Amino acid sequence: MPDLNTSPPSLTEIRGDYIALTQRKRVYGGILLAIFVALMAAGFRTADARNAGSFRDGFNNVFDYPAEVLGEALEKSAQLPGHLVHFFPALVETLNIAAASTLIGAIAGIILSLLSTRGLAPWPALIPVFRRIMDISRAIPEIVIALVLIFLLGGGPVPAMIAIAIHTAGALGKLFSEVNENASLKPVDGLESVGASWAQRMYLGVIPQVGPNYVSYALLRFEINIRASAILGFVGAGGIGYELRNSMSWGQGRYDEAAAIFLLLFITIVVVDQLSGQLRDRMTHGAKA
Amino acid sequence: MTTISTELGLADRKHATSQLFQKKKLINFGLPVIVLLYLAYVFVAFDISGLWDKVSVKNARTLVSDSYSYKTHVTRDNRDASVSVAIEGERKGRYPDGEAPAWVSLGETTSIDLENGHHVWFGPEVIEYDIPGYGLVTAKPGRTGVNATLPDGPVPNWINASKNRLAITTDAGRLTVTRNRTEVFRYFTGWELFFFTLDSPYHGMGPAKLLSHAVQGEAGAIFNDFWTNKMWRHQDVAWAILETLLMAFLGTLGAGIVALPLAFLATRNFMRMSSVRFVVRRFFDFLRGVDSLIWTVVLSRAFGPGPLTGALAILVTDTGTFGKIFSEALENVDEKQIEGVQSTGASPLLQYRFGVIPQITPVLLSQLLYFLESNTRSATIIGAITGGGIGLLLTQAIITQKDWEEVAYYIVLIILMVMFMDWFSGWLRRKLIKGEEKKTKIKKSNAAKNAFLLP
Repeated sequence: MPDLNTSPPSLTEIRGDYIALTQRKRVYGGILLAIFVALMAAGFRTADARNAGSFRDGFNNVFDYPAEVLGEALEKSAQLPGHLVHFFPALVETLNIAAASTLIGAIAGIILSLLSTRGLAPWPALIPVFRRIMDISRAIPEIVIALVLIFLLGGGPVPAMIAIAIHTAGALGKLFSEVNENASLKPVDGLESVGASWAQRMYLGVIPQVGPNYVSYALLRFEINIRASAILGFVGAGGIGYELRNSMSWGQGRYDEAAAIFLLLFITIVVVDQLSGQLRDRMTHGAKA
Repeated sequence: MTTISTELGLADRKHATSQLFQKKKLINFGLPVIVLLYLAYVFVAFDISGLWDKVSVKNARTLVSDSYSYKTHVTRDNRDASVSVAIEGERKGRYPDGEAPAWVSLGETTSIDLENGHHVWFGPEVIEYDIPGYGLVTAKPGRTGVNATLPDGPVPNWINASKNRLAITTDAGRLTVTRNRTEVFRYFTGWELFFFTLDSPYHGMGPAKLLSHAVQGEAGAIFNDFWTNKMWRHQDVAWAILETLLMAFLGTLGAGIVALPLAFLATRNFMRMSSVRFVVRRFFDFLRGVDSLIWTVVLSRAFGPGPLTGALAILVTDTGTFGKIFSEALENVDEKQIEGVQSTGASPLLQYRFGVIPQITPVLLSQLLYFLESNTRSATIIGAITGGGIGLLLTQAIITQKDWEEVAYYIVLIILMVMFMDWFSGWLRRKLIKGEEKKTKIKKSNAAKNAFLLP
């Protein structure tokens, strides 16, 4: 209870308090900003010191390599279409890795998410277990699994596919379970009342509600996975990344090939981004009449 | 819609409905079929059926057993009869001359106890291995070969004997005899020499004893011995983790700092000149479209391997992404607040500071923190390509193809690091953006209410 006997604070007191408050806020903000700037500066200096080349030298040379590659590519521009055709199968392999791993990952993610959503899970006691499985498979960078699998299976698309699929299952599983939480349980209860099994309840009661959201997230993941599968190719898992590393290790004289691969990768990513962006837009806002 | 359908006759409506059902059925069954067909195509294209032939069972076995166990080599040079004991056969894990673990007794005849009745003797002339349930195997390595003598009867498949080589693999260990060398492996569970190497005085001490030493003022020396452990290189690993985190931190926040002013130039409400808007937007698209792999490759040419290259690669890629997200957020800001600030006579800069920035701070912070977490993972991958951080250590350890215990250690560290960053960024987000917590709370209470409403 406030003390009613004291007179209300005068205007000057209120103003004084207010100014003190804003000043305190400003000081805190200033300290935070100073810490942040100091962290950035110290981080940059540490990174610069531990790097092989210094920032200043590198900054002046940033455009040397692209200029070299572009120069050579322009010189041999007549061969460019041939290279584009030559590397197209590798690009298809990269896309296949991304698509297959997105599909497998999404299917696993759907199952994991249904198993770990309250209200839908057949075994509520095991929800934390499935959540941890998703957390861990999301936390492992793809490259870790890919490198270990390359040792076991040899190079090729399969290690990359498995590695990306595991990560995708975790990442999509988390997003899907957030979507599932908003799904209405009425269809599920209805189906249960007529004796549907768990799989039937999920397939007929839940999936139609959340399907568009699932597809939209999976498309977004597909974009990310194309990049990931190109990167994994670079460490030996086939596809366009592998070709890029080969043509780069040849060094000068083969830069036209590298340029062709850069171009293919760039076009693919832009096209897929655009297409899936439009598709996702239609999924979330409905088709334009 | 409903008014139109009422005008239709019953037959028409039935027809429309059955058509709708047909379409739904087609989608319901068609989609899974397409997915299955595609997966079948991938199965063929990736030659998965031929994969079983490629699987290296031997590699798998070494990988699994090596990641949780280690072996100690007892090696006898058959030419000068000298015996040395080394963990994993590495110089770094070698016991000093004249010293050996308790299960090896050095002497004129070196006796090696492999437990469960298995026993090996390195005599001056003869090597003997007593295998329970089978008998005594002897070998006399010399100029003429290994001269192995096995007990009578058929040779079991775990013994591989030829003129110049004898190899016996049992559950207790492994004995290899060649003309010049005799070697015994004994396997142990665990990660060897994880805390202290053999040359440290603290090797083999229990935690209680270590603690008492630490209390007596040796804490610095103990930590130093642990920190400079040559086998596990804790110092380098800690630096590598720090480098990876540094890459993510510098890259993400640097991208945010670069992208924020540029994002203003890409919005319809703050940038009136459509040509500038167009150029900046295409610039963001270009940065995003050129994959981080390409940026990494290009930048590592200019800056050389190291954390700075990784940080810059993340910075460049994410500048494009942030630019897009921030400019979308800026286009959605409420004009009223800006007008309010403007009415007090504030300069344009102050209008931005107090009218715009507070509105987009939640979006900005939550995106930055979300990317900080996901970039920790990217930094590991980029580190493996450019050569920096924990990614480099991991690839190096995998390339040697024998230090699988180190690979397992790094993988555990990476997972812990990413999970920590996940938790940390979530925690910071909740601390900094108070509205978000409230929102989720409301959502949860609503969900609870709905649950009660359900029959």
